[in-house]
Amino acid sequence: MTPSRAAFTAILAKDLRAELRTLQSLPAMALFATTTFVIFRFGLDRTSLSGSLASGVLWATLLFAALLGVNRLFVAEREEGGFDAIRLAPIDRSALFAAKATALFTYLVVLELVVVPIFALFFLDSAAALAPLAAVLLLADLGIAATGTLISSMAVHSRARDLLGPLVLLPLVVPLMIAATGASEPLLAVGGPGYHRFGTWLAVLSLYDLIFLLVGWAVFDFLLED
Amino acid sequence: MSEAAVAVAGLRRDYGERTALDGVGFELARGETLLVLGPNGAGKTTLLRILATLLRPSGGEVRVLGCRIPGEAWKLRGRIGLLGHEPLLYRDLSGRENLRFHARLHGLRGEPAEARIAELLAAVGMERRAEGRVAELSAGMRQRLAICRCVLHEPELLLLDEPDSNLDAGGRELARGLIGPGESHARVVVSHDPERFEPEADQVLRLEAGGKPVAA
Repeated sequence: MTPSRAAFTAILAKDLRAELRTLQSLPAMALFATTTFVIFRFGLDRTSLSGSLASGVLWATLLFAALLGVNRLFVAEREEGGFDAIRLAPIDRSALFAAKATALFTYLVVLELVVVPIFALFFLDSAAALAPLAAVLLLADLGIAATGTLISSMAVHSRARDLLGPLVLLPLVVPLMIAATGASEPLLAVGGPGYHRFGTWLAVLSLYDLIFLLVGWAVFDFLLED
Repeated sequence: MSEAAVAVAGLRRDYGERTALDGVGFELARGETLLVLGPNGAGKTTLLRILATLLRPSGGEVRVLGCRIPGEAWKLRGRIGLLGHEPLLYRDLSGRENLRFHARLHGLRGEPAEARIAELLAAVGMERRAEGRVAELSAGMRQRLAICRCVLHEPELLLLDEPDSNLDAGGRELARGLIGPGESHARVVVSHDPERFEPEADQVLRLEAGGKPVAA
């Protein structure tokens, strides 16, 4: 058997190289998120947002931008035979799950590096909330990456994958979004970041991540079977 | 007597109500070639995918390289080379990058991997086109790369579905050096061109529509 780490590295490097070369996912995600912020900026006719409204705008935008990446995650494997190649190779197939989840996590982090400053520019009075917000973003990204990879690997086999993926994924990430918005709300409150129940929400996010990473790792081998 | 490379008895595969293979049986020794002939829809590709462990049989017994399918399919990973309708190459990577990727999946890396890739590219006359993206290559060149990918890890069993497709005469000759008959591997070849492959076949399996073997 090829060591899992070698397979993980090979698949992740392949995905990142292909994305850098073709820019099929990240620019679309960033453009979607930026356009949505512009629409909120003028649609709400507000120069400043705070609390639950700011948190809702941020997370709704990031989640739907993430869906664009989730939908494309396994397209190359499906259309170019990568699933067969991986099934024929002497590797632990969970390495594919880990590599794809890491690729999606990377896309989300890069997306947020671009669009969260734009969000702050459009809607926040100060940038003081951004540092603690980073912890919430990273934990939520991990959850979206784990769940998104799992659902995308199943939906990609369907002709209606662009519909099926979000339909299955969105209900699954409701707990994650409740925790992410709950943690973000006090951080984005008027008068600077607050930390009411911040630790509790981070614990909920971590628990969600752990559950879906373990589920993905455990079931992914079976998902690739005939 | 050494163990057969492939032993199949009473193999059946259904897709829902439709039967793709029905009562197929044969035994193939190491170093031998089985040629599978039949019209479209006779289950030839299905047979290859079952032998490659990519599909589960619905019934019958299948042993490949001494391993029962599907129970011991995991033991066969890395021992089979499949050349199918799809080249199993990523369009946005170059030919060499694709081969490097497959080499790493099969546990080959560093200098030995580079040497093996260079050897295979030279064998199919692709050294100078190996840096181009697969999407920009002709179908024939993609097939040459797919042949390199298929034999990269020196498999014990080659499963070849129309191996000459898209190859010109020169390409066919070069490909023969890599996927032709050999003592080191058994071969199952699916083709619509019996004149091309019958001379090098030790056995011929003819399937009719519905996947039933034609009685000799």
